[in-house]
Amino acid sequence: MDLSAINPVLLIASLMVAATPLLLAAIGELVVERAGVLNLGVEGMMITGAICGFAIAVETGSPVLGFIAAALGGALLSVLFAILTQFALANQVASGLALTLFGLGLSSLLGQRYVGIKPPETGDAFGALGDIPVIGPILFGHDLMLYVGILIVAGVWALLKFTRAGLILRAVGENHDAAHALGYKVKRIRVMAILFGGACAGLGGAYISLIRVPQWTEGMTAGIGWIALALVVFASWKPWRVLIGAYLFGGVTVLQLNLQAAGVAIPVEYLAMSPYLITILVLVILSADKSNAPASLGRTFHASS
Amino acid sequence: MIKLEKRPQPSDLWSVATPIVAVLATMIFGGILFAFLGENPFEAIRTIFWDPLFSEFAFYYRPQLLVKGAPLVLIAIGLSLGFRAGIWNIGAEGQYIMGAIFGAAVGLAFYPLDSMIVFPLMILGGALGGWIWAMIPAILKVKFGTNEILVSLMLVYVAEQFLAAASLSFLKNPEGFGFPGSRNLQQYPAAHNAEIFAGSGMHWGVAFAFIAVIFAYVLLNRHMLGFQIRLTGEAPRAARFSGVKPARLILFCLGTSGALAGLAGLFEVAGPAGQITIDFNVGYGFTAIIVAFLGRLHPVGILLAGGLMALTYIGGEIAQSNLGLPAAAIQVFQGMLLFFLLAFDLLTNYRIRFAKREVA
Repeated sequence: MDLSAINPVLLIASLMVAATPLLLAAIGELVVERAGVLNLGVEGMMITGAICGFAIAVETGSPVLGFIAAALGGALLSVLFAILTQFALANQVASGLALTLFGLGLSSLLGQRYVGIKPPETGDAFGALGDIPVIGPILFGHDLMLYVGILIVAGVWALLKFTRAGLILRAVGENHDAAHALGYKVKRIRVMAILFGGACAGLGGAYISLIRVPQWTEGMTAGIGWIALALVVFASWKPWRVLIGAYLFGGVTVLQLNLQAAGVAIPVEYLAMSPYLITILVLVILSADKSNAPASLGRTFHASS
Repeated sequence: MIKLEKRPQPSDLWSVATPIVAVLATMIFGGILFAFLGENPFEAIRTIFWDPLFSEFAFYYRPQLLVKGAPLVLIAIGLSLGFRAGIWNIGAEGQYIMGAIFGAAVGLAFYPLDSMIVFPLMILGGALGGWIWAMIPAILKVKFGTNEILVSLMLVYVAEQFLAAASLSFLKNPEGFGFPGSRNLQQYPAAHNAEIFAGSGMHWGVAFAFIAVIFAYVLLNRHMLGFQIRLTGEAPRAARFSGVKPARLILFCLGTSGALAGLAGLFEVAGPAGQITIDFNVGYGFTAIIVAFLGRLHPVGILLAGGLMALTYIGGEIAQSNLGLPAAAIQVFQGMLLFFLLAFDLLTNYRIRFAKREVA
């Protein structure tokens, strides 16, 4: 075993990459949950985004178009969830599960022709700045999407905290009956939140297939969508905490991969369990305090008149 | 202007008709999907739903119906108890794996002892393995209020890694020339979950699935605990006022569903699968969620739904080999079924009224 082979600078740089899919999916889900909707279909939307982005990027040669397609694909799948939960008034837990099962099937159907292909390379956003020692690889050495992810977090934070739209969104999530009585279109707002969540999850998925791995394999999201759901609880529905949480989980993932590579005496399988076990541990520690959860989370809204 | 009006009572007619309508809608949209994939939709649908039962090779496929249906029904029966009470165990896949590992480990520990006691002990081991795995989210929920959906699901990934570790290290066949995977239990008569009647597909797992259906039916309709489960699902506040203890229900529902999933895993590993391998699990734990809903969380419904789902599995395999239909197409097909089911369920609880928009 050779722990000195682990370079801390590269470790931090790669944990940021590992955290970004999680970050994107979780910030989308955070908005959905702040609007009072629990969408358990994150995994399904992510994997659909992963294949949509991958396929379009391969066909057009442009990763940017790929990411746009991924966002559209994720949002399109979330439309199904929106129809089921907002208009057919179906149970949100069951509908989310359906979305995940359907998304996993759909993605492997769409992805058959793309197994074993390399996607077009996504360049670094800042070019030569990434070559500065130590801070270069950490601050400037990444692709554009990683920074977009952080900007989305900042945007969501500002939206929820400072704008009227954010206030309305939170009102809908806290008490949909009161929001309805005040004349806000509860369903319309929730559908928009669900679409945003779908688009973000799609982006997160495409980040895995286009940048993190980069390749297409069936079921490649491997539970990241579910960890994203846990992350929203971890963050107690606050955007900045999502960022911290995502980097923590990214750190755990990268560290266990590094330990595998360094040849620690623990078998690979047990190391690979660690991100999931830590997710459970964190959930246990944080589940005592649910006071920040949106009060209408998971409840179906139907205006009786 | 379409208006939804809540029914005072859920419609009995629609609660039976919904699954049928959903299956028909899935056939239509599935047919369109298959047409997009360049297949003749009618032929594809016929291959999936008709050929396993009535084609000239049906004698081979019919037993498969029991083999595939048994784990689905066993798992779905357990899940339905929790789903009724709003307790969401979606990690049945993990419990299924752990049941298989525990059960197989018991059997392999006795190898090569030839005794009547081995198989019953394996059954206990399988149930215990699934039960333990389900007790983790149950206890965490009771003690700390942790979300059981996320914990049970995370444990699926942990169990998958554990399965890999089992087939690579501690359960590896010592005479397997270094290949991953355990000894084949089919070649160890005392541990083999053989068919009760040769060639019928009827192994002990099928028998247990039928027993589980009866058990669940009696529990839900004739027992206080079953009443409390239904009450908690339909009127949580009323349940609390009438003294239902949520912690007891959580432990019971998750524990039972875990044990049943573990049993399903054991019967699979000791019978049709034969050995612990890295890719032992094929998603029964997730498909069982669809089965539970398709069966309207009712034991008899689940039995029928399990049969139908097994049919799509077998039909899907036939379509794969005869028509070259991709395996994923069947997965999409099954996912679609759950969508339509949830969507049409609206009609059970609501009435659709076409009203003119009133002038203010």
